Amino acid sequence: MSNNGHKRSRLWGIYAEPGVFKWILRLLPFIACLLIYNNVSQNRHEVNPQDKLMPSWSQMAKKTQQLATEPNKRTEKLVFWDDTKHSLVRLLKGVSLATLVSIIFAIVIGLFPAGRELGQNFTNVISFIPPVAILPILLVAVGVGETSKIALIFIGTFPLMARDLTLYVKQIPREMITKTMTLGASQYQLVTKVVIPLLIPKVLETIRLTLGAGWIFLIVAEGIASSEGLGYRIFQARRYMAMDTIIPYVIWITLLAFTVDFILKLILDKGFKWYSAQK
Amino acid sequence: MEILHFNDVYKEYPTKEGKPFLVLDNIDLTINKGELCTLVGPSGCGKSTLLKLILGQLEASSGSLTIKGKPVGSPDETRGVVYQKYSLYPNKTVLDNVLSGPYFKIPFWKKEERAEVRDYAIELLEKVKLGDAVDKYPHELSGGMQQRVAIIQALITKPEILLMDEPFGALDPGTREFMQTLLLELWEKYNLTILFVTHDLEEACFLGTRLLVLSQYYTDDRGEAFQRGAKFVVDKELHNTALSTKIKETEKFAQLIEDVRHQGFNPQHLQHVSEFDLSHSQSWNTLTDEEHLTT
Repeated sequence: MSNNGHKRSRLWGIYAEPGVFKWILRLLPFIACLLIYNNVSQNRHEVNPQDKLMPSWSQMAKKTQQLATEPNKRTEKLVFWDDTKHSLVRLLKGVSLATLVSIIFAIVIGLFPAGRELGQNFTNVISFIPPVAILPILLVAVGVGETSKIALIFIGTFPLMARDLTLYVKQIPREMITKTMTLGASQYQLVTKVVIPLLIPKVLETIRLTLGAGWIFLIVAEGIASSEGLGYRIFQARRYMAMDTIIPYVIWITLLAFTVDFILKLILDKGFKWYSAQK
Repeated sequence: MEILHFNDVYKEYPTKEGKPFLVLDNIDLTINKGELCTLVGPSGCGKSTLLKLILGQLEASSGSLTIKGKPVGSPDETRGVVYQKYSLYPNKTVLDNVLSGPYFKIPFWKKEERAEVRDYAIELLEKVKLGDAVDKYPHELSGGMQQRVAIIQALITKPEILLMDEPFGALDPGTREFMQTLLLELWEKYNLTILFVTHDLEEACFLGTRLLVLSQYYTDDRGEAFQRGAKFVVDKELHNTALSTKIKETEKFAQLIEDVRHQGFNPQHLQHVSEFDLSHSQSWNTLTDEEHLTT
């Protein structure tokens, strides 16, 4: 290209301007994955029609439809929706609990000097405990019921959240806190009327970050001790090499996680304009 | 009427070497109701430390510090403050920022009282030409507008003394002059008592009725090697009323700035404690025998 070339490259270099090509670029990786899978799956079925490892799209669709619309003979439940409901409720309970406790920790440690001495080192240390390693302890201590699963999600997400939120509370300018007190606030009002409202968008952002870990621990917990749930179904299907169940479930989990994340981002962008304007 | 009173106040900070670092060295000061004191000083002289002491954010190492005769405790509504930034809540509209203070005191079920103070807040905001901005958020405002909100937010709770920490430091010259005039109007109208910290000598000499210069560049009888903290090296009356900005162009004004710079900002020019220009009628300064050998 000449030095005074009027046209930028569409694809190459740091000054590329893809224009309408961007849609092709965005879709390309998705299409590539689907095509590769399709191709390999078909080849395998030509060699061995009984192949279970890479089921065809129609096999997966049929199985999913069966799980989603035909009641299970023994439990009389629609397995797919029942699993979804159980998993989402567990995730919601675990993450909500972690959020609430984190907010309390963040305020106590981030705002009050004595609270900092009390809690800072403690949270730092417990955040190094590998959550899955204490799952056996949980199972022994609280049994295989709902509590242990919610506890695992809590333990998996809480330290990260607490540290993130504590850091944020600490970063609230000292000036703003002094200012609040000079406006006649009590310390209780400082917390409820100033710090918590400032913290809410950060909480949403932190939930977005920690939900990834939340899903991991949900599925691990369900895989180890459960009788329903998305994670349970995947681990159970593994025993029968039922890839026609596992793959649609993985896609479904991905879709759910993506949707939750998208909704949170939407709330953050629309409801807290001042928050994004600060950055 | 006496508002603020410092008596033999010292403030030192601990250091890693073990020997504490003395910042404020035997400070005496009385500020009366209605004064607009401007405080200047070279960087590192302890202006912000002094401000934090008055706010109650820090505690003096020794000496007494009172507001209307009561020892300053932790920060409360007896003092108002306007900072250069972080004065406003980013999550609240202009009106809600201004109402924060009053609403801390009036519970939500007292609807009439809240409505009353709300009208008053709008009235005040209109006075500083922010009538159209009441529903805007701080990030939607210019720097000058933000500081106007911050001033109204601080004075609506009627503090005994309004502390201002380089409030116009981040503004462009035009806006700055506008804000200075506005502050003088508010000061006259509401009979405010203000301590205005700035690093700009011109601003200090223009705004204040009384000029305080805090500086570590002086000498006394404690010997060359003594690690002195800062003292008021100048405390003098400037003028009794708000002035027009035209005064900034006069010869006399330029001379005043030059004098102050020489007395407080020149590390080579060390005045002796007994020679400070403490000509203001409220000025007083008790020296220890070590500082000044009278015999």
